Amino acid sequence: MKKGIAIASSIVCILVGLLFGLIFLLIINPAESISLGFTPLILAGLSSAFNPDWISAGSNLMKLGQEIANAMPIIMTGLSVAFAFKMGLFNIGAAGQYTLGAFGALYFALILKCPWYVCLLAAAAFGAFWGMLPGLLKAYLNINEVISCIMLNWIGLYGVNTIIYGNGNSKMFNSSQSKAYQVGTVNPDALIPSKIFGLDMFEIFKYRATTIGIFFAIIIAIVILIVLNKTTFGYELKACGFNKDAAKYAGINDKRNIILSMLISGALAGFGAGLFYLSGTVQWNPLDSTALPAAGFDGITVALLGLLNPIGCIFSGLFISHISVGGTMMPQSIFPSEISQIITGLIVYLCAFTPIIQEKLTKFIGAHKKTQQNANKEEK
Amino acid sequence: MADYVIEMLGISKYFPGIKANDNITLQLKRGEIHALLGENGAGKSTLMSILFGLYQPDEGVIKKDGQIVKINNPNDANDLRIGMVHQHFKLVECYSVLDNIILGVEPNVAGILHKQEAREKIMELSKKYGLQIDPDAIVENITVGMQQRVEILKMLYRDNDVLIFDEPTAVLTPQEITELMQIMKKLAAEGKSILFISHKLAEIMTVADRCSVLRKGKYIGTVDIKDTTAEGLSTMMVGRKVNLKLDKKKATPGEIILDVDNLTVSSNSSKKEAVKNVSFNVRRGEIVCIAGIEGNGQAELIQAITGLTKQKSGKIVLCDKDISHESIRYRSEHGMSHIPEDRHKHGLVLDYDLAQNIVLQRYREPEFSKFGFIKFDAVKKYAEKLIKKFDVRCGQGTDTIVRSMSGGNQQKAIIAREIDKNPELLITVQPTRGLDVGAIEYIHKAIIEQRDAGKAVLLVSLELDEVLNLSDRILVMYEGELVGEFKSSDVTTETLGLYMTGAKKDNITKEVTK
Repeated sequence: MKKGIAIASSIVCILVGLLFGLIFLLIINPAESISLGFTPLILAGLSSAFNPDWISAGSNLMKLGQEIANAMPIIMTGLSVAFAFKMGLFNIGAAGQYTLGAFGALYFALILKCPWYVCLLAAAAFGAFWGMLPGLLKAYLNINEVISCIMLNWIGLYGVNTIIYGNGNSKMFNSSQSKAYQVGTVNPDALIPSKIFGLDMFEIFKYRATTIGIFFAIIIAIVILIVLNKTTFGYELKACGFNKDAAKYAGINDKRNIILSMLISGALAGFGAGLFYLSGTVQWNPLDSTALPAAGFDGITVALLGLLNPIGCIFSGLFISHISVGGTMMPQSIFPSEISQIITGLIVYLCAFTPIIQEKLTKFIGAHKKTQQNANKEEK
Repeated sequence: MADYVIEMLGISKYFPGIKANDNITLQLKRGEIHALLGENGAGKSTLMSILFGLYQPDEGVIKKDGQIVKINNPNDANDLRIGMVHQHFKLVECYSVLDNIILGVEPNVAGILHKQEAREKIMELSKKYGLQIDPDAIVENITVGMQQRVEILKMLYRDNDVLIFDEPTAVLTPQEITELMQIMKKLAAEGKSILFISHKLAEIMTVADRCSVLRKGKYIGTVDIKDTTAEGLSTMMVGRKVNLKLDKKKATPGEIILDVDNLTVSSNSSKKEAVKNVSFNVRRGEIVCIAGIEGNGQAELIQAITGLTKQKSGKIVLCDKDISHESIRYRSEHGMSHIPEDRHKHGLVLDYDLAQNIVLQRYREPEFSKFGFIKFDAVKKYAEKLIKKFDVRCGQGTDTIVRSMSGGNQQKAIIAREIDKNPELLITVQPTRGLDVGAIEYIHKAIIEQRDAGKAVLLVSLELDEVLNLSDRILVMYEGELVGEFKSSDVTTETLGLYMTGAKKDNITKEVTK
C-alpha cells in the first residue's frame, strides 16, 4: 500500500511535468501543439507502433534503440546517486566520476588497446577513485561532500580534457575531427558487443549504440538492491544514513562506510560512462570544456524520480531517456527539443513535493475507503 | 451544573492499527488543577494534541464554556485561550526572553515593534504570579527552570486561561519542581484552569485537585485527589496493584568487573575538562550509581567508558582487559552493554523496524548472518522471542517501525537487546527517563535481576528516588569530580543534595572504593 502510493506519487509528478510541457507547446504553436508537438514528444521511440509516418524510412525501432542506449548511462548515475543517498550522502559529484570513468574507458580503449570488458572495469575503477576522494575528505576531515564533489567535478573535467587534448598532440586526440578518436575505428574490440546468447540488439534496433550494456545496468541495479536490503553491509549503510549516532553507538565504523559508499557510488557512475563511451557512436570532445556531462546530473533526476530505489532507477532512467528522445522527434523548426529538458527539470522540482503528494494521496484513499465503509454500513 | 471551562466529550481518535483514544471524556472545571494520568501510550498526548488542535478527533466534541468548538490548528486553540507548555520547550534559543514571549503576537504600529508596552505587561504578569525572569537574558543562557517560566509567561501574555502542562517536571531539579508547584497553585487561585499531564504520582498528589486516568486509550475514571492515595491512582493507571517500593536483597559484590583509573575526558560542549581524574570500580553483583545534577560530567564519563568519545588520559579496564583504546564494537563484544541516555539519538534507528533494532550490534554474528547476508528469518525469530520475553508492545510485531512505538516500549526494546546480550557489565543511563510507573517498575526489576545474576551494573541517574532505591553504592559527581561515596542504606536525600550541589565534598581515593 505504502509502496503503491509512493509509485503513484512519482507518476503524479510525471503527469504534472508533462502537463506543463503541453502548456509550453500550446504557447509556442497552439495549432500544431498536439499533432506535431505533444504526440511525438510523449510517444518518442514508441511512436512507430502508432504512426510510421514520423519515422525515417526503414528503421522502425531505431529511436527506441536510441532511448535504450541513452538510458544506460543515466540509470548508472541514478544508481550512483541513490546508493550514496542511502548512506545519507548527496553525491552531486556523479558528473565528475562519470567524466573520469569516460577517461578510463577511452584511455584503456585507445591507448592500451584493451578489450571492452577491461575498459569497462577501468571506467568503474577511475570513477571509484574519483568518488573515494570526497569520501575520504568527509570521513577524516569532515568536509561536506557536496562542496568537495562540486569542486572535484571541475577538477576532473579540466584534468581529463587537458590529458585527452594534450595541446593537440595527444594520441587520444583526433585533430582532423577535433575530438577524441572514435573507439570503433581505433580498437573495434573495445566496443561493447550487441549480441548476447543469440540475441542481436543491432538486428532489432538497427542502432549501433544499443548494446548489451543495458543488461549490465539492469543486473547491477538488482545487485545493488540485494546489497542494500539483504547484506550486513547494506544494513550498516542504511543505519548510518538513518541515524549516524545510533550507528556509531552500535559499533559501526561510519568512516569506513562513508569512504566505501562513495567509492561504490563513484564506480557506478564511472561504469555508466564506460557503457556510453564504449557503445560506438559518441566521441569525447575535450575542447568543449565548459560543460560537465549531463548524465551526471540526470542521475539526480533519475534517482529522485525512481524513489531512490535501484529498480525504480531502471524505470525512471528509461523514462527520462524516452522523453528526451521525444524532444528530438518534434519538428525542430517549430518546437525546440529543449522542451523535454524543461519537463524533466519540472519533474525534479515536483519530486521534492512527493511527501506532500503522498500525504494527499493517503488521505484521499483513506477518505474514499471511509465513504465506502459508510455506504456498506448503510446498505446493511 | 458545574462550571466547566473545557469539556471533551466522547473523544475517539484512530491511528492505523491502534485506537489512541477510545471514547474519552474529560471535563475541566474553572480554576482547578486537573491532572491527566496514564502510562506511556495511554493516549494522554493524543488527547492533548486534539485539544490543542494538532489532531482532529474522529468522534466526539469539544466544548469551551459550554459552546461546541472546532479546533483545527494551534491558532484556533490560542484564540480560545488554550495554551500549552510542551515537554520540550519551543523557544528560540538565541532570542531574549522578552522576544520569545512576544514572538507571534508582537505589539506593533504599522510594523514597527513597540516592545515597551510588552515589557510592562510581562513584568506585571511576572510579579503577579511570582514568575521570576530576566526579560533581557538570552534564552540559551538561562536555566531550564527559567525557560519553563518563560513558556508559562508566553501563555499568560496571550491571556490564555486554560493552561496545559505536558510533563513539566521531567527536566527540573527538586527545588525547581517545588517552585513550579507553587506557581501552578497560584495560577489556579487566580482563576486559570490547568491541565497537568504527568505520571509522577507524588506531584499529582501534591498539586492537583482532581485527576483523570487513562489506560490503553480508554477512560478509566476521574477522582478527587483528597479522596484517594498514590497507591489508588497507580492501581487505576496500571490496572493492577503496583509495588511502589522495590524489594531487593542485599548485594554480594564479587570481583572487580570495571576498573576506571584516573580518567580525564574533554567536555562535549566547551574546551574544559568535563571529567577530571576520576577513579572508581564496579564489582560483580552490585549496582553502582553515579548521582549528580545534569551536566556535571556524567555524560562524558559514560561516553568515554563506552568508547563513544576518546578519553584524554587514564585507563579503563573491563574484566582485566585494558580497553582504553579499543573500539566501541570491541567493548560491546567483550561484555559491555549500554542503555544510552538518549534512546532516539543513540539507542535506536527509528526508521528501522523492531527486528532490525534488536540486532543493532549483533547483526554480524554467525547466528544472524552468513557470508555477509543477513539471515532475516533468524533475526525475526530472535526479535519475536525478545518481544515476548520482555513484553515489548508493538502494533505490527517485529515489522513495527520503531518510530511509531511509545517511549516506554522503545526503552523496553533497548533493554531487551542489551540484557539479552548477556553482558558482564551493564551500563545504564537514565533508564527510566520519561517513563510511567508500570514501565519503571519493570525496568528496575530487570536491572536488579541482572545484579542478582552476578552482573556488574553502572547506573547514572538524575532522579534521587531512583538512585536511592536501586543502587547499592552511590558516587556523587560534581563538576567532573567524584565528591562523595555512600552506601545507599545509610544516606539521605538531603545529604546527597548537599554533595550534588557542591556544598560538601570528600576526598575520594580508590582505596575508599575498595
